[in-house]
Amino acid sequence: MHTTMSDANGTNGAHHENGAAGAQGLAAAPVIGAAGAPAADHLEGYNYAFLDELSKKAVRRALLKGVAIPGYQVPFGSRELPIARGWGTGGLQITLSLIGPGDVLKVIDQGADEGVNAVNIRRLVERTSPGVQTTLDTADATVIQTRHRIPEQPLREDQVLVLQVPQPEPLRNVEWREAETRRMHAEADYSRMWVALYEDVVQNGRVTRYAGYPVLVNGRHIMAPSPIPKWDVPKLHMAPHLSLFGAGREKRIYAVPPLTSVVPLSFDDYPFAVESFGGRSCARCGSLNTYLVSLPDERGGGIYICSDSNWCDGALAAREEARP
Amino acid sequence: MTAQPLPAAQVGQTGHDHPHLHPHTDDQQHPHPAGAALASRPGHFAPALRVDGLTKLFGRGCPECITLTGPEQETNTCSVCGTLVACANVSFDLRPGRTIGIVGESGSGKTTVLRCLYGDLTPTHGSANLAGYRDGGRSIFEASSAERRRIRNFTLGMVYQHAWEGLNLRISAGGNVAERLLAAEWRRIGQIRERAASLLGRMEVPVSRMDDFPAHFSGGMQQRVQIAKALANGPSVVLLDEMTSGLDVSVQAGVLDLVQEIQRDEGVAMIVVSHDLGVVRLLCERTMVMKNGRVVEAGLTDQILEDPHHPYTQLLVSSINA
Repeated sequence: MHTTMSDANGTNGAHHENGAAGAQGLAAAPVIGAAGAPAADHLEGYNYAFLDELSKKAVRRALLKGVAIPGYQVPFGSRELPIARGWGTGGLQITLSLIGPGDVLKVIDQGADEGVNAVNIRRLVERTSPGVQTTLDTADATVIQTRHRIPEQPLREDQVLVLQVPQPEPLRNVEWREAETRRMHAEADYSRMWVALYEDVVQNGRVTRYAGYPVLVNGRHIMAPSPIPKWDVPKLHMAPHLSLFGAGREKRIYAVPPLTSVVPLSFDDYPFAVESFGGRSCARCGSLNTYLVSLPDERGGGIYICSDSNWCDGALAAREEARP
Repeated sequence: MTAQPLPAAQVGQTGHDHPHLHPHTDDQQHPHPAGAALASRPGHFAPALRVDGLTKLFGRGCPECITLTGPEQETNTCSVCGTLVACANVSFDLRPGRTIGIVGESGSGKTTVLRCLYGDLTPTHGSANLAGYRDGGRSIFEASSAERRRIRNFTLGMVYQHAWEGLNLRISAGGNVAERLLAAEWRRIGQIRERAASLLGRMEVPVSRMDDFPAHFSGGMQQRVQIAKALANGPSVVLLDEMTSGLDVSVQAGVLDLVQEIQRDEGVAMIVVSHDLGVVRLLCERTMVMKNGRVVEAGLTDQILEDPHHPYTQLLVSSINA
């Protein structure tokens, strides 16, 4: 990311960033479209929030259509970004189109704020969008861009969740032709999806899907909730917050508006169930009711800790505080 | 070319009184015989299916297409514009629980008629009124694509000539039958498997092979799975397209026995397409003979076989008697 930015500055004839902490300034550079005085640490020669205004408008139009038809995949003209397609460009374009001065952004990669992808995305937004604060704290954020997780902390109605989506088409496993999947969605012809789940139960005794469990949104469209674990799927159902899904490589945007039903596909006699951790608690903060991931420990065994690092930090701090 | 009204003394069962799985097919129970007086009563639709003027062109079409093709011209390709007239002005009535046969040589348009009715093809002209769709008040060709899918899932069943057209060979036999039940919003695996097992059992597919892939089945067994699938939702009309063509004679006999049993027990109306007059003689009270996309003769099967009028039918009949 640093290299990319330095190159861009070089071609613009501006002075080079030294690539260290990124603290020293490219100050005083005017930013087109920026409201108020430019912040201390931003890039010169770019539009506010990197994308040009018409592109952002196009993305917002797609978002509005997605909100109007919950779960429907809206095609959009995915723009070039300084990160490669497949690395969160869909989510990033949504974030860049929505964000403005006064917003507080949190970026998560598989639950952690420190993932290299999350750090880079956060830095790009910081440097192109003066007036936008970033945070690690879920409760403080107005916009949360995430990959593969929904925070443990319940979201509020004034927060927007932006999910990065690698494969927006839930029917792709049963039908590879795009024209055919679009027809299937249009006619709500989902029997083949159901047959795939039936076959799964018959062969394996249960539905064996974990990440990206297919859901029925608003009783109409089958939707891929992005590869979040089953654990997170119930958090979308009748949620107070707005969820936006962006697939940059596949050029699709879709949405789950607040207070919309999101029901995982399941059979009456084989109901949907979230992951079970066998009563384990987080080895770090002791939380019992969170989504855990396993890490190898020094003795070659495995320990389980919270996948949501911000939640884990908070729980740990609360425990320290409670200690006499 | 419209088939004449059925005579009262016709063979075949009265039945359309078996328990239906879907209420939309229930509005066609008529006392037998369904005479002309009943049919003319306003708002009353006697046939299970009435097809009128069904025409399918492949190509851009021109005003001469219909006159320049047909059995007299011995072609179904228009000499002016090159359009293929797959079938033209096909009309017939199918009464509940009865079976009509369509015979003819390859390329005569038999399969095109079935595919238009099932929704695999969109016809160029014509109408088809199905008792199960808006009481027959509107042609199914005017239905929206979502309605069309509903008709296909609930009111019709189709058995294709090739098993791979009607079945997904890479999902289990039970899964293939389940597809139609799932389309009808069955959501209990236990119930679905019960229904699939009983259907497959009736079709003499061993229930122990229910979870095997049809790709590993014999041709006769694949066709029996197809029939089980077609019957899964209790359709009012089943379309059978050359279902015995690829099978050897003893297996053919087994499948035909089964179809006769279904006619007797389920009371579904059927359209049987075959190039084999023997199949039609066995299964159908009434028959249409098609050539070059036209119906050249229609009537009671026995009459057609005893006293064929059209030269083509005469040829067909003499060839099986030889």
